[in-house]
Order: sequence, then structure tokens, then C-alpha cells
Amino acid sequence: MSLVLVGTSHRLAPVEVREQVALDPEAAAELARRLAAGGEAVCLSTCNRTELYLAHSDSEQTEERAVSALAGGEQELYRLRDEAAALHLFRVAAGLDSMVPGEGEILGQVRAAYEAGTCGPVLDRLFRQALHAGKKVRTETAIGESPASVSSAAAALAQQVFGELGGCRVLLVGAGEVSDLAARSLAARGAAITGVASRTLERAQALAERFGARAVPLDRVAEELARADVVVSSTSSPGIVLDRGAVAAAVEGRKGRPLFLIDLAVPRDVDPAVSELDACYLYDIDDLQAVVSESLSGRRREAPRAEAIVAQEAARFRDWLASLDVVPAIASLRERAEQIRSGELAKAEGRLGGLSESERRTVESLTTQIVNKLLHLPIVRMKQAAATEGAGYVDVARDLFGLGEEDGSADSHRQQGK
Amino acid sequence: MAELLFWPALLAYGEAAVAYAGDVRRPGALGRLATWGVRVGWLVQTALLVVQAARADGFPWATWAGSLNLFVWLVVGAYLIWGCRPRFRLLGLVVMPLAALLLAISYAAGGVGASGESRYSTLFLVLHVGLVLAGFAGLTLAAAIAALYLWQERLLKRRSPSVLRFRAPSLATLDGLVGRTVAGALPLLTLGMAAGFARVRDRSDLDPLIGLTVAAWAVYGAFLVLRYGAGWRGRRGAYLAIAGFALVIVLRLGLPTGHFT
Repeated sequence: MSLVLVGTSHRLAPVEVREQVALDPEAAAELARRLAAGGEAVCLSTCNRTELYLAHSDSEQTEERAVSALAGGEQELYRLRDEAAALHLFRVAAGLDSMVPGEGEILGQVRAAYEAGTCGPVLDRLFRQALHAGKKVRTETAIGESPASVSSAAAALAQQVFGELGGCRVLLVGAGEVSDLAARSLAARGAAITGVASRTLERAQALAERFGARAVPLDRVAEELARADVVVSSTSSPGIVLDRGAVAAAVEGRKGRPLFLIDLAVPRDVDPAVSELDACYLYDIDDLQAVVSESLSGRRREAPRAEAIVAQEAARFRDWLASLDVVPAIASLRERAEQIRSGELAKAEGRLGGLSESERRTVESLTTQIVNKLLHLPIVRMKQAAATEGAGYVDVARDLFGLGEEDGSADSHRQQGK
Repeated sequence: MAELLFWPALLAYGEAAVAYAGDVRRPGALGRLATWGVRVGWLVQTALLVVQAARADGFPWATWAGSLNLFVWLVVGAYLIWGCRPRFRLLGLVVMPLAALLLAISYAAGGVGASGESRYSTLFLVLHVGLVLAGFAGLTLAAAIAALYLWQERLLKRRSPSVLRFRAPSLATLDGLVGRTVAGALPLLTLGMAAGFARVRDRSDLDPLIGLTVAAWAVYGAFLVLRYGAGWRGRRGAYLAIAGFALVIVLRLGLPTGHFT
């Protein structure tokens, strides 16, 4: 049984090519069913990649079917087999092949593809191990811990000030797309969006409704400051919207409770002098981008540790896959040994006639144990050799024990030997 | 026997201090190694104190150096409550070098050997010394948390790009912990001081150590009043906790008097 991977991703193909082969979840599941054809298939399709994982005894034909299923140009496809294919999937699940190293969304997408796929023993094992590798990388390294976008950096910094954002009130100043993104990131971490201020009240109302907040006219924003813990400002105003005086007045009544201001506007909305106020933390767009940049380099620093983990997992999968080739030979060997054992025991039936039931069970058990002990080491060695040296040992075992031959033929070998 | 236990304890504390410093540069295995150093060191020091107690004919930590030994054990014990959590490992940067240093000083001054004679009863010494030192240990930990708060606050205030790299607890968590730790430690100090004052017979019993202890108590009392009454949170509260700790350190190191002899 071979594992085949055919696919394309952001590393090889531009978006014009990727969008041609991208599939929605239903179409991906349908394609997997169609390609399985007596084997196994999983289709992983995200905005950055479309990949087909197939397990079949006829790897050449399987690969060709997968290539023709992906309509993209030949030069934009990669084809990998067995351990290389497994390593690729483990890297994907760990976020090491993503545009932003360590991003967490891909692990859920791999799980969804696995659940929708047509899996048998090989792909079942492969995808379970990929999910395990992805989780292990996230647990044992810091690759996915730091924020990778300006809005998530803003939310992470707010958490660094307030801890859990559960009880935090957020005031949005400006109702554009930037505010919306930052608000979603904060809300996802538990913060409550309580007010939206904008020069155009209708736009403020539209955004406020989405978060269950209150729309506030921009000229009343100073009054709202005292009630907020986090302020996200992103208006298109040409001048300062929140000056030091207004913020100082708001801070006075807060009894030391911090105020975190995120200024995403260019030109800036918040007077830089605000950062001099006690318990006030002000971050503008450049500060946030510097945090993201530092955090991405931190993720890249963690990448070698993550690579070591996925390589270890891929080696484990290779050993398991290789051991599959030995399974039929081991089964035949056990069957042959059992035939001989039970045959010889039947021949001796007459001589053992005088044995009690308990003594007969002892003889049964004794002969079984002898056979098992004799076979144990050769079986272990066959499994080990399959992982390191291929199927050579299996062929030798088949030849030595006459496995797969007709009983008569094996017996005639024995007769000739006599 | 006590000698044999002292060196492994000091070595483990030293290892923890170095490993914590390494953990800041590369978080992970070194942090875990440091935590194990703290655990092992504390267990060995516990054994050392047990040996001292078994050997002594009374309360073995009534001397200045002996009480320093007990103080280190209490500080590290209090730290162990938080130190095992990865986000609080940074505290070890403050606590463990201090613990290693004070333990070494205690050893050099004879705090690991046999204690001197005291005119006070063992029960009184257990209550007075035990409670005062437990209170000081809590206040030391509060100062370490306050130092971590100020460091973290400075990174945020300066908008340092690496502010998220160290995975420290949030400002709100640290600020709350400083308040709760002082609120927990001050009653212990108060009870210990009350036990001491109950034994004062005349003015000759008073010494500078008592005066400074009262001053430290007043600073921490003011801390609690200002924090919970006047909203002195954050940076101001942290500075006050550290100011109180300066007095605690002077008390522990600066006045090696024969307070109980």
C-alpha cells in the first residue's frame, strides 16, 4: 500500500491558479469519494492549498488520476509519496507550510478534510497522526502563541494590560472596516463593545447594532471615555480627535484603572502626549506593526523545534507504513505454524488417548507457546527490517517458509529435503 | 549532616536562578529545569531545618543567621505556590538569586550550625519569630511581584515590540496579586509583633530592630489603606510595596543584633 500526495499551494501557484482548483467542502468530499475507487482518499482544500491524499496499492495509476482531477498546470503541482507525503501533511497541520508560520486555523481545516474524506487504515492513521503532530507543535513550542496581525496584536496587548477581557468595555471611535476588524478580534476574546462613535451617526448605528453596542455622536466621545477600558480609534479625521486634556479628565475618575488606547488611524487620532499620563497605554499603527513583526520573527525562531517534532512524527509514520508490507507475510507464517502444530497434534491423538482433559489442555498450551516463542524473534526482526531495509526480509521469509505456496508444494519441498 | 544538606540546597537554588535567567532568553526547557531546582532545593532545605530542629535543644533559629535560614525557606515556600505556573516563572528571576544569596550569608554567619542560648521560651520564639518571618516572606514575594509589575508596565508604556515575548502575567493580575499578598502577609506580621510586644517588660527590651519593624508595618498598613481606600493601584502601589521591602531587607541584613539573646 502506497501513500500518494498531489497538490498545489501558495508556495508554488499564484492565486489565479489556486482559485481554479479550490473546492468547497461538499465538492472536496465528493472528489475524495470519486478518487478513492477501492482505496482511500482525502481532499484538503483551503484558500492557500488544494491537496489530494490517496492510499492505494497501484500508486502510479492513483497519482495520474489525482493529477487529472486537479485541473491546474503540471508545473504548479507537487507530487510526493509515502514518508515525504506524510511529512508534508504534518508540516501543514503544524502551520509550518502556512503563509503566517504557526497559524492555528489550518488544524481545523485538516480535521474537517479528514472527517469528510474516504478513509481506510492508512489515511485514518495518517490524519490522526497529523492532528496529533499539529497539537504537539502548538503545545511544546511557542510558534502559535504570538499575534500575527495588527488587530490580533491589539487584542493581545489589551490582554496583557487587563488579563481576561471578559469585563472590559470597548469604545470604537470611527466605524470603518479597520474598527470592525479590531472590534471582532477584541470581542472574540470576551470584550464587550459598548459604544461606537462616528461623525456619521448612521454608520455608527450600523456597526453598533452588529455588536449590540450604542451609537454615539463623535462630539460626545470625551464623555464616553470615562466608561471605557479600551478605545480603538480609526477615523479619517485630518487632525487629533482625542487630545491629552480629554483623556486626562477621563483618567482622573478611574481610580488607577488603566485605559488602553489603540490608534489605527493615519493621520493619528490620539494625541501622542496621552502616553505620558499615568495608567494610560497608547499604541499607534507603527507600534502594533512592530509588535507583529517581532512576533513573526519569534515564530520563525520556534520553527526549527517544530520541524524536529514533525520529522519525528513522519519517521514514526514511515515505520508504521513499512510494517504494513510485512503484515500479510506474518499472518501467513502464523497460519503455517498453526497448521503444522495442530496437524502434528492430531497425528499424535492416538498416543495421547490416555490423557485427561486438563493434561490435554496443558499439551495444547505447551505446543502453542513453543510455536509463539519460535516465531517471536523472526517476526520482530521482519518488522524492524521492513522499516529500515524494505521488503527484502519478507521475501526471504516467504522463500524459507514456503509462504504463499500450495500446501502440497511446501510438503514436497520438505520431502525433497529428506 | 546539616553541612551535607546545605550545599545541595544552595546549589539547587543557584541552578534555579541561572536557569530562570536563561529561560528569559529561550523559554521552555530551562524554565522547567529552574522550577525543579526550586522544588529540589526547597525539599533539601526542609530536611536541613528538620535536622537542625532535631539536634537543637529548643528553637534553633533564634539567632540572626538562623532566622535568615528560616526566612529563605519561607520565601521559597511562598514562591513555590506561584512559581510552578509558567506565566509566573519570571518571578524566579527576582526571588531565586535573593534566596541563594541570603542562604549563603546565613551559612557564612553560622545559621546552619547549632543555635545560641536564648532567655525566651521555645513556644514564644516559634510564635514570634515564625509569624514575623512568615509575614516578611509574604512581603518579600509581594515586592518581587511588584518589581515584575513595574518591569512589565515599563515595557507597555515604552511600546516595546518585544512586550509579548516574555509571556508574563497581565498588569491587572500582578496588581491584584501584590494587594492580596500584602493583605495576607500583614496580619501574620501583626500577630508576630503582638506576640513580641506582649513580652516587652521595660524600655531596655526595645532596640532598633523593633523600631524598624514598626516602620515597615506602617508602610504596608499605609499601602493597604491607600490601595483599598484611595484607589492607589498600579505603579504607585508597586513603588510603595518595594519601599516597604527595602525596610524588610534592612531588617533582615542590616541589624544583626542579639535580639533574642
